[in-house]
Amino acid sequence: MTLLEVRGVSKRFGGVRAVRGVSFAVPKGAIKGVIGPNGAGKTTLFDVVSGFRAPDEGEVLLRGAPVQGLPPHAVAALGMSRTFQNIKLFGHMTALENVMVGRHVRSRAGFLGGMLQLPGARREEREIARAALDAMDFLGVRDLADAPAGRLAYGQQRAVELARALAADPEILLLDEPAAGLNMRETADLAKLVVRIRDRGVTVLLVEHDMSLVMGVCDEVVVLCFGEKIADAPPREVQRDPDVVRVYLGE
Amino acid sequence: MRGRPSLQVVAFAVAVAGVHLAAQAAGRGFFLTQLTMSAWYTLVVLGLSLLMGYAGQISLGQAGFFAIGGYASAALTTLDLAPHRGHALVAALARARLLVPRADLFGGEALSVAPWAAFAVAVALGAAVAVAIGIPVLRLKGHYLAMATLAFGTIVSSVVVGSQGLGAADGISGVPPFELVPGLRVGGGGGDRVRNYYLAWGVVALALWLLLNLIRSRVGRALGAIHGAEDAARAMGVDVARLKLRTFVLAAVMATVAGSLLTHYNGGIGPSEASVLKSVRYVAIVAVGGMGSLWGTLAASSVLNFLSLRGTFGTWDDAVFGAILVGVMLFAPEGILQANLRALLRPLGIGRGEEGA
Repeated sequence: MTLLEVRGVSKRFGGVRAVRGVSFAVPKGAIKGVIGPNGAGKTTLFDVVSGFRAPDEGEVLLRGAPVQGLPPHAVAALGMSRTFQNIKLFGHMTALENVMVGRHVRSRAGFLGGMLQLPGARREEREIARAALDAMDFLGVRDLADAPAGRLAYGQQRAVELARALAADPEILLLDEPAAGLNMRETADLAKLVVRIRDRGVTVLLVEHDMSLVMGVCDEVVVLCFGEKIADAPPREVQRDPDVVRVYLGE
Repeated sequence: MRGRPSLQVVAFAVAVAGVHLAAQAAGRGFFLTQLTMSAWYTLVVLGLSLLMGYAGQISLGQAGFFAIGGYASAALTTLDLAPHRGHALVAALARARLLVPRADLFGGEALSVAPWAAFAVAVALGAAVAVAIGIPVLRLKGHYLAMATLAFGTIVSSVVVGSQGLGAADGISGVPPFELVPGLRVGGGGGDRVRNYYLAWGVVALALWLLLNLIRSRVGRALGAIHGAEDAARAMGVDVARLKLRTFVLAAVMATVAGSLLTHYNGGIGPSEASVLKSVRYVAIVAVGGMGSLWGTLAASSVLNFLSLRGTFGTWDDAVFGAILVGVMLFAPEGILQANLRALLRPLGIGRGEEGA
């Protein structure tokens, strides 16, 4: 069953056609990768899928329903969660508070509930904290709960950001270059983690520069080049694809 | 374990009582009048502190909302509908006690809107204007937002000065006291001084408790998230525009309430309350207290407003607040009271728990 489908998406910036008529599908429960050299349009495509940019043409379907053009918070409410290439934590808040914000879409207390400490809001608050701590447990960063997020080491920040995205119990998780800035060993750990996330029932779409991560964990890989899709197949086939080899290794 | 808002507010109540007793013991009971006025202004800056420090939005138009509250209450409670007594609508409103008789300046009987009804209209008007202004204006950021809210403040100010119906340069006087419950009225009568002092600071304590709760709640975290990394907040499902608007309206309503009640306390309101210089003063006080510190704002507001109302700054009053704002921005953008006050209050459990948001 297809969970997410990108259909004929194009995006222009002035005269630059960053993404040109790209289509692909992400089956439920899969780990799908999007790779391509710098400037291939990966990040733009990612922003279109997550609601940060509206496409000029084409559709993005989540469970068959169009979501292109919806604002990011509305897309998030439909079960899509994401991380950022250059980690975006709320630096002045604790790690736990960061992860608790991830629970925003699964909770509803408003101004009145919060100001008056209504019973419903207090109950929900405990549930939010529990879910956030569970997510931190899963990533092995529970002991960092009270640390200010801005003072964490780089790898810890990545983990907290992932916990925040997972706290939303998303149906699909979008990872924007999760291996950026990691060494080989950390990248190997990340690969295992991505598989564990999928095993929890979360479909994963990851955009990546690092071939080893993508080839190691993805069920299917989309290859972009100058905004166009040049391959969409399991890793082994992609590695043998002459077009892909040409793009990556030169002729 | 973070500081609990309820305990912090209890500590605050003790301080309020302490100041009263100290003023009394020093034979300076009349200070309570300026302290009461200072409390109502503090309500304005607490709302602004939430807006600036937690939601990261500036408003140079808070005096406009204060004036809307003050002038709505003043105009409605001093108008005279007695000549229209025969009109069916007026008669119906009078029967519903929305209109009440009162003695006019010449001893005759006038028929005016009841203070609580005027208060309800004032607050509804303030909230409606905040929504109408907020929706377009909050799309702007930084300097542009500051300029747009400044323009709003300027408009309110010119409307007030230019309207004969609102007393133009003289303002409106003869505003009756506002009886909240029998025996407790917002008004300047000498016998009510102590009660008004506790009433005003009680309202401030209530507002403080509500805001401290808010910043520790789901909404408070979302506000902190917007402030910290707006993109990430949006990706986590935070509806940024809606949250900013609601915070803006909350701050505006607090200013409106303060405007209405201080006008009843003073028995009138003049156009200086609507001036842009007042808005600048509110921003300066929040800046001194430290962005994102309700306690710092509270302390800065109590002291600076009290000194200003006692006439300490003389004719330099507005200049002092302008200079304070420039000084804070240049030398201590985090707020003068921020670091020191926190260090001072930490042993008491005050000031914790709000650092995060």
